[in-house]
Amino acid sequence: MNIALFLEMAADVFGSRTAFVDASNGESISYRGLFQAARAKAQVMRESGVAHCALIDTANLTIPVALFASGWAGLPYVPINYRLTATEIDALLARVEPALLVTDAERKQAITGRQKLVVHDRQSFREVHPVSDDVEPWTDAPDAIAVLLFTSGTTGVPKAAIMRHKHLVSYTLMTEFASAEEDEAALVSVPPYHIAGIAAILTSVYACRRVVQLPTFEPNEWLRVAREQNVTSTFVVPTMLARIVEALDGQKSANLPHLHALSYGGGKMPLNVIRRAMDLFPDTEFTNAYGLTETSSTISLLGPDDHRAAHQSDDPNAQKRLASAGTALPGIEIAIKDDVGRELGPNERGEIYVRGEQVSGEYEGIGSRIDAEGWFPTRDAGYVDADGYLFLDGRADDVIVRGGENLSPGEIEDVLREHEVVRDAAVVGVPSEEWGEAVVAAVEVSQEIAVEALQDWVRDHMRSSRVPEQIHFWDELPYNETGKLLRRVVKESFTGKDAT
Amino acid sequence: MASLATGQRLKSAVCGTEIMVISAPDADLELTCGGALMGDNEGSNGDGIDPNFASGTTIGKRYVTEDGELELLCVKPGDGSLAVNGTALKIKESKKLPKTD
Repeated sequence: MNIALFLEMAADVFGSRTAFVDASNGESISYRGLFQAARAKAQVMRESGVAHCALIDTANLTIPVALFASGWAGLPYVPINYRLTATEIDALLARVEPALLVTDAERKQAITGRQKLVVHDRQSFREVHPVSDDVEPWTDAPDAIAVLLFTSGTTGVPKAAIMRHKHLVSYTLMTEFASAEEDEAALVSVPPYHIAGIAAILTSVYACRRVVQLPTFEPNEWLRVAREQNVTSTFVVPTMLARIVEALDGQKSANLPHLHALSYGGGKMPLNVIRRAMDLFPDTEFTNAYGLTETSSTISLLGPDDHRAAHQSDDPNAQKRLASAGTALPGIEIAIKDDVGRELGPNERGEIYVRGEQVSGEYEGIGSRIDAEGWFPTRDAGYVDADGYLFLDGRADDVIVRGGENLSPGEIEDVLREHEVVRDAAVVGVPSEEWGEAVVAAVEVSQEIAVEALQDWVRDHMRSSRVPEQIHFWDELPYNETGKLLRRVVKESFTGKDAT
Repeated sequence: MASLATGQRLKSAVCGTEIMVISAPDADLELTCGGALMGDNEGSNGDGIDPNFASGTTIGKRYVTEDGELELLCVKPGDGSLAVNGTALKIKESKKLPKTD
C-alpha cells in the first residue's frame, strides 16, 4: 500500500493523457511523464540520504512529482506555507532536516548555510535525467508516513499532522479508478500545503483527470482559466467563492457551461454567497465538503440535490439545510459529545467526533489523539439534526462562557450578518470581572451605524446575554489565506495583548 | 493457505494480474487467480489458466467475497480470474459520490 501505486495505475491505463497543466505558463505533463519523473526523483531522494522531502512553492508541475516521488522513496512529503516569514520557515525546516527541499529559483538563492538541506529549484527537479530501468520499487508499508502538514498555527507553535499511506489510500479509494472522461478538468486553486490541495492531486490522478493548477488565486483570473481550459470541476474555500461572486457583480450568469461541479469547504460559507453563486452558476452542481487535515480531507458532504432543494424551497427548515455540512461519507461515523465524552442526541450542541480508516488524528511529537474506541475529537463544535445532517458551529474552544452560560459566537455572528449594513462579523469572548467572559464583536459595515443600533438588533433577535458589550468597526476582518477567521487577532484588539 | 494483510500485494502465477488487499478477515484463505495460488512473485506456472477461472480481471475494479469480508483492488489486469477457496470473487459495485476536492 503506497500512494505511488495510484500514479502507476494511471500511467498504465492513460499514459498519454495530460495529467497536470500549469495555468500560469501553459506547461503540462502527461501521466506517463509524471510517472517517469516521480520514479527518477525517488532515486534522487534515496541517494541524497535525507529523511524528508520539503516543498516551499506555489502550485506548479513539480508539486505532484515531489508528492509521488516522496511516496516512492518512502519519505514524508512536507509542503510548507510559502507565505510564512523567513524566521518561521527556518524553524519548520529545522524540524524536518536532513531534508531535500524543492522551491523556486529565487528562494533557492536565498537559502544559505544549511548543512542538512539539499536544495533543488523546481525547474531542475522536474527534468528527468536518464535513470536505470531498475529503480528500486517502492515499499508497500501502510504505516509509513506519506505527508506531514504543519497546521496553520493560529495559536502557538505549528503542530505537524501526520498522514500515513493507509489514510490517504483509504480516502483516495472512495473515487472510482479511471472514471474521468478525456475532456474532464479539475481547477485547483488551493495552495499545495492545504489538505484539499493534496486530496485533489490524489483523487484526480486516481480518476485519471486532468488537473489545471492556478498558482495564485485572483477571481477574474480564476474565471478566465476556468473558461479557457473548459474546466469541469473545482474546489474553492469560502473566501474564494465570495470574491468570485463579487467579481461577477451585476451579471446574470458566470457563463461557465462546462463547469459541472463546484465543491467548497475549509471554512464557514456565508449563506448569501452560496445563494448568489447558485444563481450565477445555473449549470453547476454544488457540494459542501467538510473535513480536516487530521481526517485526510472530506468526511461529510452536502450534495447537489440537497443544495437545489434548499435553494428552491420556501420552507425555512429546508432552506436552513444550505448551512449544513451534510451527512457522513460511507465508512465514516460522526458523533456529537459533551465535555465529559457523553454522546448527545439530535440538535444538541457539542464537540464533533469522527471515526474511520482515513482518520489519522496524530501529530509528530505529540502522538495520536484517537481514543480507545477509535474516535477523534475534531475540536469543531456543532450538532446533528433529526435527519442526520451535520451543522458546524465554530470551534469547541470558541465557546464564550458568560456568567456560567455557554454562548456560541457563530449564532451571534449569524444574527449580526443579517443586518442590512453588516457585511461581516466576528464575535469573541474577552475576560470580564463581572461575567468571567464578556461578549464583544468586530464588524464590517457598508455604511455608518451606531453601536446601540446593532446592540438593539441583536437584542430583538436573541436573549439579552448575547448582546455584545462592545462593538468595534473594522475595514476588513482578519482571515488567513485559506479563509479561517483569526479570532485571536480580534480578541487581541479588545484586550490589547496576546490572548494566547 | 495463508492469512492476508491489508495493504499486501500479490501476483498471479499464470497471468498478469496483480492485486492489493484492501481488507481481509483474520483467517487462512486460499487466494487463487486463473486457478493457481497467488504469491509474491509473478510466476511461470506451467499449467496455464484453469478454464473455469479465465474470465479476466480489470484494473481499478474491487473484488469481494459474498460476505464482503475480503476485498481486493486489481492493480494490474490479466486473463485469469480471482477466487477464494475455489469460489469466484465478484466485482464490488461502488456508489458514485459527488466530487469533493
